[in-house]
Amino acid sequence: MKRTISATVNNSTGVLNRITGLFSRRQFNIESITVGMTENPEISRMTFVVNVDSYRGLDQVIKQLNKQVDVLKVRDISDETIVARELVLIRVVATPQTRGEIETLARPFRASIIDVGRESMTLQVTGDHQKVEALIDLIKPYGLKELARTGTTALKRSSKQQSQDLHYSFIQ
Amino acid sequence: MGTSVRTQAEKPANEEQQTQKLNGSQIVLRALAEENVDIIFGYPGGAILPTYDEIYKMGIHHILARHEQGAIHAAEGYARVSGKPGVCVVTSGPGATNVVTGIADAMIDSLPMIVITGQVATNVIGTDAFQEADVVGVTMPITKHNIQLRDVNDIPRVMKEAFHIATTGRPGPVLIDLPKDVSMAIGEFKYPKTVHMPGYQPTVQPNRLQIKKVANAIERAKKPVILAGAGVLHADGADELFEYATKQQIPVTNTLLGLGSFPGNHPLFLGMAGMHGLYAANMALHECDLLINVGARFDDRVTGSLSHFAPEAEVVHIDVDPAEIGKNVETAIPVVGDAKEALKNLLALDKAPVPYDEWHQHLRHYSDEYPLWYNDDGKTIKPQALLDMVYEETKGEAVVTTDVGQHQMWAAQYYRFANPHRWVTSGGLGTMGFGFPAAIGAQFAEPNRDVVAIIGDAGFQMTMQEMSILQELNLPVKIVIVNNASLGMVRQWQELFYEERYSHSLFPIQPDFLKLAEAYNIKAYKIEDPSEARTTFQKGLKEDGPVLFDFRVTADENCYPMIAPGKGHHEMEGIRP
Repeated sequence: MKRTISATVNNSTGVLNRITGLFSRRQFNIESITVGMTENPEISRMTFVVNVDSYRGLDQVIKQLNKQVDVLKVRDISDETIVARELVLIRVVATPQTRGEIETLARPFRASIIDVGRESMTLQVTGDHQKVEALIDLIKPYGLKELARTGTTALKRSSKQQSQDLHYSFIQ
Repeated sequence: MGTSVRTQAEKPANEEQQTQKLNGSQIVLRALAEENVDIIFGYPGGAILPTYDEIYKMGIHHILARHEQGAIHAAEGYARVSGKPGVCVVTSGPGATNVVTGIADAMIDSLPMIVITGQVATNVIGTDAFQEADVVGVTMPITKHNIQLRDVNDIPRVMKEAFHIATTGRPGPVLIDLPKDVSMAIGEFKYPKTVHMPGYQPTVQPNRLQIKKVANAIERAKKPVILAGAGVLHADGADELFEYATKQQIPVTNTLLGLGSFPGNHPLFLGMAGMHGLYAANMALHECDLLINVGARFDDRVTGSLSHFAPEAEVVHIDVDPAEIGKNVETAIPVVGDAKEALKNLLALDKAPVPYDEWHQHLRHYSDEYPLWYNDDGKTIKPQALLDMVYEETKGEAVVTTDVGQHQMWAAQYYRFANPHRWVTSGGLGTMGFGFPAAIGAQFAEPNRDVVAIIGDAGFQMTMQEMSILQELNLPVKIVIVNNASLGMVRQWQELFYEERYSHSLFPIQPDFLKLAEAYNIKAYKIEDPSEARTTFQKGLKEDGPVLFDFRVTADENCYPMIAPGKGHHEMEGIRP
């Protein structure tokens, strides 16, 4: 079960180490982590995508994270209306003959071409996980030379969702 | 490296003025004074020398261990008995790595501790400098929190926060890594009165609604039982537990670390629960319809196999650490809060007691039919008889410390702890070498009480160099070596589960503990004859200074009753002779 967790943490030395250490020690499977400063330079936001077996496992992840002194707030935002994006850079084999095709493929995904060389070109795309996967799938036959993707970063939407089922016993 | 790290040469001349310009080491020690720390356990070395120089100049009460492991276990013993944070100061690299075991021990047993480690100067951190180790990295998973100081002006705030974190909520060790140049830099000393940590807000007051649910569950229950853990002791809630359990007439069992939170000789007390717990206690857990866990973390040594654990019970879990609730056992009524506050709140509801006569009778039957037992042949000293004798001769009033293993379980079974903070044992980590130095710390916490270190012969050999402290300070710790010339519990498991293949668990040759004691100028007795055990112990107990007793006990005695690994509470072995 894939869940997206958003945490704000103190922007202090070793905080990422603290968090990832906690995950590995308790054998929680992390799919991705992104970290970056918030509007307040003393606070960073981390977005984790984790794979857990059960809501009880998820409950533990959140409680353990919350126990860290450097963690200010943790939320499982999977069931909320969120905007979640990842960024991917794809360097694909591109001959003068295929450049046009690739560009056409990229257009509906609003991917931009940020570098063109003699034998390859680089696309940049942002979007949710499925969109990124779909584009990679289309581009693959041309020959992927290199691919780099960030993990998911996410924020809640400004408008709230109507129902909010709490599946875990987070009590504080 | 921050520009604020200045050298001593820049020290302003007018330091006597109220500006309170001090160097980092002085600030650390002043902060300790502000926190009413009256004793430090430690060991000096290169990176922490500036701090030790200030200790010298200021004349602070410092106990010099002979190994850093001794220092930290002593600090643990002090913390466990005094309820105050234990403070341990060591140097960088090997000094710090030598306290890792003690930090892990304090973490798993939730002991309030402040560990100050020296560190190489900030300009060489990360270069594999002499005596450098990434101690913050190493101890991250085994501390409640840790921090490396980079700026002398952060010291007061960091110290204040460290004490706050160590002592509030679920207590735990906090490590402060102090680079040498930071400890020498000049900064301002202004000790903060409050802490501001938005990420650390432990819930002390339990939720009212949840408390009501607990009270209602008790009203509904026919067969309730309270499992009280060390959380009751950390919260100083033994009186409230007594009042509540006796008022509601609910039987009580303790975890190993919770012993002493309820009087060990009270009719409502079922004895310790768990792997070597009493049959009545374990059967109560197995058969109860309501299990009220107050301040215990459902450790696997208490629960046995989780698939068989308390199958009939509605589970109430009161814990100050929300992450403990639901971690191992699914909980019907979770209560996040301090054990004392939760019990107070329950008492305040003033519910009339429910008669549980049938349940009491049922459990009494277990207690009467399946008491602790051992076969006494009168030829050798039976360890169980020895522990029973220690209990009688100290009138149950001593502070008892142990290592891990058979002697620990026998002490837990036979020393019927009646009072809180008299039982110091390495529960979660099961640390050999813990008990003896912990007794030293305990003796500093309770200078006027008998402190008895009940130690196996193997564990004693791990930290026995601390006899130096006893010698130096004439500390009246009484060392009771339960000597079976083996790693008793390892030997027992090999006998039961490894077809008697005693792989490296027997000591064919033992040191002469009497001569060792003599080398440290400590009075010692070797006792082999069961008829002399009591008189010799009585005699030694009356001595003013330290005494070592080398009790040679039956070598192949096993610790029973027992829940074998993977079994449930109802499947105890060795409940009858």
